[in-house]
Amino acid sequence: MNRLIARLLLLSTVCTLPLGATRGQKTTEQNPTETLIRNATVLTITQGTLENTDVLIRKGKIAAVGKNLKGSAGARVMDGTGKFVMPGIIDCHSHSMLDAINEGTLAVTSMAHTRDVLNPTDVDLYRELAGGVTTLNLLHGSANPIGGLNTVVKIKYGRPVAEFIFPGAMPGIKFALGENPKRSSSPNFPGVQRRYPNTRMGVEEVIRDAFTRARDYKKAWEEYRAAVGKGEKNLIPPRRDLQLEPLVEVLEGKRYVHAHCYRTDEILMLINLADEFGFKVKTFQHVLEGYKVAREIAQHGAGASIFADFWGYKIEAYDAIPYNAAILTRAGVVVSMNSDSDERARRLNIEAAKAMHYGDLSEEEALKLITINPAIQLGIQNRVGSIEVGKDADLAIWNAHPLSVYARVDTTFIDGDIFFDRQQDLARRPELAKERARLELAEPNKPPTQGAQSPQAPRRRRPTNEDDDTWEGDIDKP
Amino acid sequence: MITTGRSRRRRQNNTVRGERLVKGKKKDANFGGFFVVMLLALTTNASGQQIGNPTTQQDVTFPRSTYAIRNAHIITVGGADIDNGTVVIRDGKIEAVGTNVNIPSSAKQIDAHGLFVYPGMMDPSTKLGLVEVGQGANGTVDTSETGELNPNAKAVIALNPHSAHIAISRVDGVTNAVSAPAGGLISGQAVLINLLGTTPSEMAIVPYAALVINYPRIAGRAGDFGGQQQPIGNLSETLATNERQVDQIRKMLRDAESYGRAQDAYAKDHSLPRPDRNVVLESLVPYVRGVQPVIFQADREAEIRGAVKFAEEMKLKPIILGGNDAWKIASLLKEKNVPVIVTGVLDLPGREDDPYDVLYENAAKLQRAGVRFCISTGDSGAHVRNLPLYAGMAAAFGLPKLEALKAVTLYPAQIMNVADRLGSVEVGKMANLVVTDGDLLEPRTHIRYLFIDGREVPLTSRHTELNEAFKNRR
Repeated sequence: MNRLIARLLLLSTVCTLPLGATRGQKTTEQNPTETLIRNATVLTITQGTLENTDVLIRKGKIAAVGKNLKGSAGARVMDGTGKFVMPGIIDCHSHSMLDAINEGTLAVTSMAHTRDVLNPTDVDLYRELAGGVTTLNLLHGSANPIGGLNTVVKIKYGRPVAEFIFPGAMPGIKFALGENPKRSSSPNFPGVQRRYPNTRMGVEEVIRDAFTRARDYKKAWEEYRAAVGKGEKNLIPPRRDLQLEPLVEVLEGKRYVHAHCYRTDEILMLINLADEFGFKVKTFQHVLEGYKVAREIAQHGAGASIFADFWGYKIEAYDAIPYNAAILTRAGVVVSMNSDSDERARRLNIEAAKAMHYGDLSEEEALKLITINPAIQLGIQNRVGSIEVGKDADLAIWNAHPLSVYARVDTTFIDGDIFFDRQQDLARRPELAKERARLELAEPNKPPTQGAQSPQAPRRRRPTNEDDDTWEGDIDKP
Repeated sequence: MITTGRSRRRRQNNTVRGERLVKGKKKDANFGGFFVVMLLALTTNASGQQIGNPTTQQDVTFPRSTYAIRNAHIITVGGADIDNGTVVIRDGKIEAVGTNVNIPSSAKQIDAHGLFVYPGMMDPSTKLGLVEVGQGANGTVDTSETGELNPNAKAVIALNPHSAHIAISRVDGVTNAVSAPAGGLISGQAVLINLLGTTPSEMAIVPYAALVINYPRIAGRAGDFGGQQQPIGNLSETLATNERQVDQIRKMLRDAESYGRAQDAYAKDHSLPRPDRNVVLESLVPYVRGVQPVIFQADREAEIRGAVKFAEEMKLKPIILGGNDAWKIASLLKEKNVPVIVTGVLDLPGREDDPYDVLYENAAKLQRAGVRFCISTGDSGAHVRNLPLYAGMAAAFGLPKLEALKAVTLYPAQIMNVADRLGSVEVGKMANLVVTDGDLLEPRTHIRYLFIDGREVPLTSRHTELNEAFKNRR
């Protein structure tokens, strides 16, 4: 009996077989240079909704949008009758494909880069493609007031990691305010000193100190370069500081600040500090109480990247309301709806639709929350975020209006290539089931025999891809 | 520092709302709570209330009245849709439904032209009222008792009628829920509630609705944030541990059986030695006799099989909760007539090689196989309002739309044995109704009127109040 149970268990736990990687579409060679989607409802985002319209994709770009378009002889033609085409969804806060999320040992880790820990085989990427998502802002975690550097990627699942990197996206850095950087939920270990800061006062102090140092460092380099420019010889250059360099870029407007925050006081703190040091916060992330200080956020010129209705999971999330998107939008803030979760990322269309329920945003305003607005927040609005001629062909075909709960993605394109197709996915399932059955019979996966060692189920290969609030999940426990 | 932070915000709310805060229940909860309250009292003018804001959280029950909702498109769920129909509500019940009904002269008439009448939704697995803020506010968490076997931990005892989650859930159309303890092996007893009431007993429809058992797991469950399942350690050890845990449960249930027999025997024949009363075992008697249902939390195939087998052995009336792998053994569940409360619609698939939609379409597969099922958020409370989206997502992946609607109305009522009172728009049922401007499951739809227990409930919540307070700040 035990044996039987063990066998059943094994069947249900052979979870790290390398099948994930094979789930991607093997379409690289099959992707023609032209694709014509015919007779669909096209949600352009920036130029309204076009009925019975064709979209012509050529060499990875949107070549034409209009009626009765003609593709060349080799073009892939797809019937869009009754279907909806919308730009690929852009998730402005993701931790997918990161093998590590938080370098939480120091209060300032601007030298750490998410680019160094990308795992292109993370199967959640495929699940996100199946939700019509094409671009992710991969952010460092929120363990420290100044965290690591971000990476903006296109979800080119199945391709080498270098192809994921979004060319030309503005570099960014993660800041974090409130409970997470002050480590409210991290336990005290006997004999282990808590990391500074421990209060919201300390969070401000850490950021102020870092920018003060960065300003001096910037000045040192400027003086050095000026002296070199004057022809002075035998100068010793300032020592390079990898921690301060990204902060200098922030001061110079060359790197976007994405600041995790919740409460009114900390939002205003960072606005004031940024004004004082002369930089802009590009996005406040989560910014659950943003609706209380929408005016100040708009005046600063910051964007807001928020949850639709996620709230109450910790004290600083208790005043969150689902009307946040509407209030901020009405105040003139560029708002995006993000996931911060591989799960939610698969249905950002529904999250956007909630802004119509709470606060009565229009259909177009709701769609912007997950397309052109996050594109603006990442500095990629000239490439993606709307269906316009010349933009990247990153889009998805939906079987119903994407703001409907009943909608499902049929096909997802990035740069004109198909990275998810439901029919292909369904067609491959029998083959994958056979592969699984074969692997289950393989020697290492057999049930334990007498005297033999019980098989060890594999360890989780990566952290949970949520950062905020799952403190224990983000960091390797000591 | 949390205290001062909260108090600052509370003062802000207080000023904005211009309401006087009322003393909250938590004040007396423990000395720590008392200490926090004292700190609050020192730092603000407000007297100590647990986290929260005024009015909607104070949830005073509204009076019943007589209503006639006219010219509505009525989605009865139990029968055919009725176009241009009327629903009459009186004394807390649905008195009439149809196109040609008598409207009492005392009725307050509501013109619902262009609107839809639906039964209120029921979320059959929540922790509503048992937890306010899960992280960093342990004083507000009353879900899990100490120890493994707590059949006598009763949700109805700790149900906080003034939790902000209650109004927040109902204004989006969830009128009923099962609120259940969690933790340990035998977690306790769930309560089936109306999402309206000033006291737990006003809210409770079935105070002791089900016993909740966490069937021993092979691996940890995904966290509240939808994180991945914890890895399994040594499989043989895990199996041995699980078997021991099942034995623990078995022994307690057997003891309860014996206890019930002894008490019955003594009731008939007082010459027998009088058995001592035991509140813990006594609470189990209706469950071990198969009168009341036992909810088994079980997700993996082996766990579900184990729970079904165990329930059969012990002659229990089982309900599977979770059921992520239920589709794999649909024929068994149908054969044994074991219903499933599907909570994982929006979970990430548990295994890397699972199809991306394996949990989206779990409900559709169960429905096609003829298994009794319903859909729940499985949420602790804050996000119960997303229930229609769980059903809608199942519909996007193969569940017929009407079935999706039933999965959050009639089916949970049937599975929880209250379909005589709840779950559809039918004469004689409790008047728990929502009037909408569109499809109840669509996120863009707005609720226009809400009735619970025949009472018209204002569409206000902590969230609408904060919205009103701040939306016009310039």
